[in-house]
Amino acid sequence: MARVDLDVLDPPPGGWRAGEGKAREAAGSGEISPAPVPTVPLEALDELWFQVSGTVCNLRCNHCFISCAPDNHSFWFMTREQVREALDDSVELAVKAYYFTGGEPFMNREMEGILADTLALGPATVLTNATLMPRRRARALARLAADSLYTLEMRVSLDGVTREMNDAIRGEGAFDRCIEGTAHLVEAGFLPILTCMRSWPESETDRYLADFRELLAGLGYHQPRIKILPPLLMGEEAKRTRGYEETERITHEMLHGFDLGNLLCRRARLVTARGVQACPILLEAPSARMGDTLAEAASKPVPLAESACFTCYLSGAICSNTGSTTGADR
Amino acid sequence: MGAREGEGAPRGTRPAASLWRPGPFAHAERPRVRRVAAFGGIYSNHLALEAAIADARDRGADLLLCLGDLGAFGPSPDRTAETLRAAEIPVVRGNYDDSIARGLDDCQCGYTDPKDNHYARISYDYTLAKTSSEHREWMGGFPGELRFRLGALEVLAVHGSPRRMNEFLWETTTPTHFLGGMIRQAGADVLLGTHTGIHWSRQVGSGAWYVNAGALGRPPNDGNPEVWYAMLEEEGGELKHEFVPVSYAVDDLADEMADEGLPEEFIETIRTGWWTTCLEVLPGKERSRGRY
Repeated sequence: MARVDLDVLDPPPGGWRAGEGKAREAAGSGEISPAPVPTVPLEALDELWFQVSGTVCNLRCNHCFISCAPDNHSFWFMTREQVREALDDSVELAVKAYYFTGGEPFMNREMEGILADTLALGPATVLTNATLMPRRRARALARLAADSLYTLEMRVSLDGVTREMNDAIRGEGAFDRCIEGTAHLVEAGFLPILTCMRSWPESETDRYLADFRELLAGLGYHQPRIKILPPLLMGEEAKRTRGYEETERITHEMLHGFDLGNLLCRRARLVTARGVQACPILLEAPSARMGDTLAEAASKPVPLAESACFTCYLSGAICSNTGSTTGADR
Repeated sequence: MGAREGEGAPRGTRPAASLWRPGPFAHAERPRVRRVAAFGGIYSNHLALEAAIADARDRGADLLLCLGDLGAFGPSPDRTAETLRAAEIPVVRGNYDDSIARGLDDCQCGYTDPKDNHYARISYDYTLAKTSSEHREWMGGFPGELRFRLGALEVLAVHGSPRRMNEFLWETTTPTHFLGGMIRQAGADVLLGTHTGIHWSRQVGSGAWYVNAGALGRPPNDGNPEVWYAMLEEEGGELKHEFVPVSYAVDDLADEMADEGLPEEFIETIRTGWWTTCLEVLPGKERSRGRY
């Protein structure tokens, strides 16, 4: 099993550097924690994420952990040139996979060009709500995928098996538009990964999975790929259900014997239009800002200062397409 | 296969366990071979293994090598262990072997899909219960990697990747620059692996290659029951390799699986060549070539 490098988690000789213990203040809790937070160095930059549409989205979902919306301009679109620069850097950093998120990535008018650039280098995944997916776009994306050696994965966010269930979270009309877009993707030859935040008791997941399979079969999709995610108790979701408790944080003790590879920040960074963050969940957390450049961000360890880190700790690999492949380092 | 001049223990390997029959890697220096047959995951398909051994020897391989994952999926895992040991085939440790040897809770495949986990559980529990303690001890001595010279080429053989035993290197999710860095870092000309169950290869820069041997245990999700292994040799300083299909007594294996009470889904894969389980980890491109 890959084990924690204890030397990076325990306080170094001479104690923690000033400021590390203040990460919780920076996170907005309003109080300074007396205990230093654990930090995690990057093992390898396997996943490079792009906040390609900033916080701009055509939907206004009431569970969005970064409150994306049509009028949320805190983070703006990335240009194709900005993405290209990061892609150039990624070769030297031996990146294995590229992910695009927002907001809604297809709000970015340069998205297809960005994907063409990316697919020349490696596999790409787009996290989309599929509501901006006319047949023409689905076919254009399929052509990009066919021209590449690498896979192009479409991760489609849908939060209910019925119109009522989904639209209560994602807004009126979202279900029908998403279903139509998903059908276009399937028609074009994609096997979209349906991604759904679990808004039901865990014991009912099997039933919901069966319902999702039936829904997708109705679209002619018979090789369904479904990913159920735990809720992240922040942003809009904190208002909809609850926020994290003060005790829901990662401590040094919790990391003893824990496989750090389960944490996305061990193997990923997020590039935005204005700097690099530790991971796509912590887009707006000052404690997770890792620098202006990818090289700088890759060189710094990430403080596990945020409550959302707790969900990553418990669930592991929720952002990646497949489960964690960690746990068996030689 | 007997010992040859220049053969030896590869760098970084663990001391052989008492039950490990020395074979070609137990000598002082790195072995040098001319033609190598690399077998990917066996998954307890002992009939395919026997057919592949015979085929590889017919084709003049002077090293037969197994890249790990002896168990899973198929029947009576001890038969595979006995065949490998009798043939003195060196084995690189796979995640399945590691789990079985250490009696871990699961196979370390990293599934999150409930259906995949359901079948992985059946397969793992069966294999763990049916593997003798003697073979488990033997598996505990498998090295994490083997290095040898294939003519003028330095070959590093692993199960998943040099950095992680259970890392999937699929053709459509593994960038060339990523492979290049990995091969350079390993100080090898050829990186040889398995773990995905689907064979593929790619030249990486000038002269360097990654070769994924696929699996002997089950077909590569192509609708054909044949399974595959990789044959490699050096010619004029360059790697020459091919993937070799293996026909074997599919019906006999299917009957044995049924007798052992293994799931019909596993038998269907053996008979039809289409994967029915372990689908979650497949990238979209590879999965879209299959039926399920």
